Amino acid sequence: MADNTFDAIVVGSGISGGWAAKELTERGLKVLMLDRGFDIKHKVDYADSNKPPWEYPHRGGRTQKMIEEYPVLKRDYPLNERNLSWWCSDQDHPYVEKKPFGWFRGYHVGGRSLMWGRQSYRWSDLDFEANAKDGIAIDWPIRYKDIAPWYDHVETFAGISGSLEGLPHLPDGKFLPPMAMNIVEQDVAKRIKEHYNNQRWMFIGRSANLTAKIPGRDSACQFRNICSNGCPFGAYFSTQSSTLPAAEKTGNLTLRPWSICTEVIYDKDTKKAKGVRVLDAENNQTYEYYSKVVFLCASSLNSAWILMRSATNIWPEGLGSSSGELGHNVMDHHLKIGASGDVDGYEDKYYYGYRPNGVYVPRYRNLPGGEKRNYLRGFGYQGGASRESWTRLVAEYSIGAEFKDALSEPGKWTMGIGGFGEMLPYHDNKITISKEKKDKWGLPVLEFDVEFKENEKNMRIDIMNDAKEMLEAAGVKNVNAYDNGCEPGWGIHEMGTARMGKDPKTSVLNSNNQVWDCKNLFVTDGACMTSASCVNPSLSYMALTARAVDFAVKELKKQNL
Amino acid sequence: MDRRELLKMIAVVTGGVVIGGDFLLTGCKNPDSGEVSMVFSEENIAFLDEVAETILPQTSTAGAKAAGVGRFMTVMVNDCYTKEDQDIFHKGIVQLDEACEKMHGHGFMKATPEERKALLISVDKEVAEYKKKQADEKRLAQEKNKQGQEKPTDDIKAQPMPNHYFQQLKQLAIFGYFTSQKGRTEGLRFVPVPGKWESVIDYKKGDKSFAGLT
Repeated sequence: MADNTFDAIVVGSGISGGWAAKELTERGLKVLMLDRGFDIKHKVDYADSNKPPWEYPHRGGRTQKMIEEYPVLKRDYPLNERNLSWWCSDQDHPYVEKKPFGWFRGYHVGGRSLMWGRQSYRWSDLDFEANAKDGIAIDWPIRYKDIAPWYDHVETFAGISGSLEGLPHLPDGKFLPPMAMNIVEQDVAKRIKEHYNNQRWMFIGRSANLTAKIPGRDSACQFRNICSNGCPFGAYFSTQSSTLPAAEKTGNLTLRPWSICTEVIYDKDTKKAKGVRVLDAENNQTYEYYSKVVFLCASSLNSAWILMRSATNIWPEGLGSSSGELGHNVMDHHLKIGASGDVDGYEDKYYYGYRPNGVYVPRYRNLPGGEKRNYLRGFGYQGGASRESWTRLVAEYSIGAEFKDALSEPGKWTMGIGGFGEMLPYHDNKITISKEKKDKWGLPVLEFDVEFKENEKNMRIDIMNDAKEMLEAAGVKNVNAYDNGCEPGWGIHEMGTARMGKDPKTSVLNSNNQVWDCKNLFVTDGACMTSASCVNPSLSYMALTARAVDFAVKELKKQNL
Repeated sequence: MDRRELLKMIAVVTGGVVIGGDFLLTGCKNPDSGEVSMVFSEENIAFLDEVAETILPQTSTAGAKAAGVGRFMTVMVNDCYTKEDQDIFHKGIVQLDEACEKMHGHGFMKATPEERKALLISVDKEVAEYKKKQADEKRLAQEKNKQGQEKPTDDIKAQPMPNHYFQQLKQLAIFGYFTSQKGRTEGLRFVPVPGKWESVIDYKKGDKSFAGLT
């Protein structure tokens, strides 16, 4: 095999790309995995993973200089002194906002698998049937039964902790032991269940943190809760901790950092992808790599960007654009809304350790047979209870020794929940390639024309009011409901742009994530999603990727690709 | 869930209004600009150490001065504060010294620990009043905002009144102390690697909070 020729090329090394590389190499294929950014070696390059606050000049805060340099990142939590280099530079990676869109990206090996929130839930037929039932957009080409065995597969390997709850719309999985709720969460959960006649639920979050040691991983979670700095124990799922070592172990993987995939090379005679063109981000040279099959896992919006730049001599809007849907139907979750309050009592109880996980309230609105709201779909909440720390207001003392002693002790208990709402797929929520603006490599950047609409706005009223009502029903006092406003993108759950479907006239991908117009090209990241659910999407990317690889390799063996 | 909670944990929210706590101080009105040096001297640092020490004194555990809080305050003000807040802070040093002169007949550095404590308790009361006014103004502005168009998401933290210098001093003292090595290891129970999660344990008054690397 020539050194620029492989069996498969995987573009991107985040959650989806890592899974594609693992599954392909384990099936014996020689794989080239590309990432546009720098390499991060597991443990070795986790510079901030053991750093105490006093070793940061600003104790983990943000400076005015950072605020100037990061006009996008500053809009939410990622802009702080911890681990800043793992969020890509806003200066080097500009984009155009026709409407506000906060795009928080990690351009390095491992992508956002290193910084993700690790909440891992299965989607269900409530999600996969939703578009068909509502007459919205197009139907998903798959149902829960198609993906269920692949959820089993990825949960077992990634290591997801969680409790079995028996809810049809948030299916149970192959879980490691659940983390426990603390005393206040336990009582709040019980009261919510009672108050709502077991029609609303609260239980511990399902999280990609190891609560027990599993094969191939060094250690269970040590409950430090600074996962997103990189874990020196390798105890949460990331490309580096999980899929990359598995792929490397096969001897079939070549990893190439600093490789910006600028297009898929399309052969119009065979109607197949020949490989990809790569711009080396360090030396600005262009390289070509060839393979039998290509997996785009470059993140929802960047995978669409690559497609839009490919085969433009045949389709001016790019490879996969024949349906007119490429780049359209951009989705995210909407959040920054919820309620919190005080919990009286429990002064003689506390907890030990810093749990990297919270509680989850799965969707209860617009379920089959339930009351219909003035919006479609629904929302879930994530939250938790804790005792206040030194950051609280102490009313009894203003300064001095007593004040200092009071701040040294835990304060009262508080409990809060924040909503994650589903966003509908709208054809006119779209990204396009800018005709004017280019980045420092001379590559044209994306333009965003995405907004929340009436359905999301109506839903937010319920998200806020329900949060307050539920907490009050559970005995929480001084409940403050808030809506801090939200831009698309802030959920960091970008989806859509190359949706799956049953019909090449209305979708970019088929039921196996194959590009209709190019059958040896697969897109398995968030771009493929046909609707957004209100449920965190990463676990579904893992499952869809593993499923698509299985299909692709079988097709290759049958010489269908 | 830490990615959603990170800001909450690093924010110093002692005053209800976050100053430099989430490091996003927008919308402060420009105060009357007098002639105040914007560079900190060693004298300033000694002064800030004593102010912080009065807020969080040495007891059986290290105080703010031993934790180096004065110097840390200057780093935060220089790098993290807006120009407006820097101005308030620098003027505040002068104002606090003048208030001490007025109350005790001499400046802060010459004052006894008791005199310093009495002064800061009185200034803290003044801040409480000021914060009430600040909250009222904010509510008013928000109502006005609601009547108009939707609030721009960039401007959520905007507040109509400038911060009070002692809000700044107190918050920086607390933030600086509990994130310092001495403050965290002596003022709290520093356990960087708990190794396990115990969801319910007994607590008795006087036990310090656990704190890790966040």
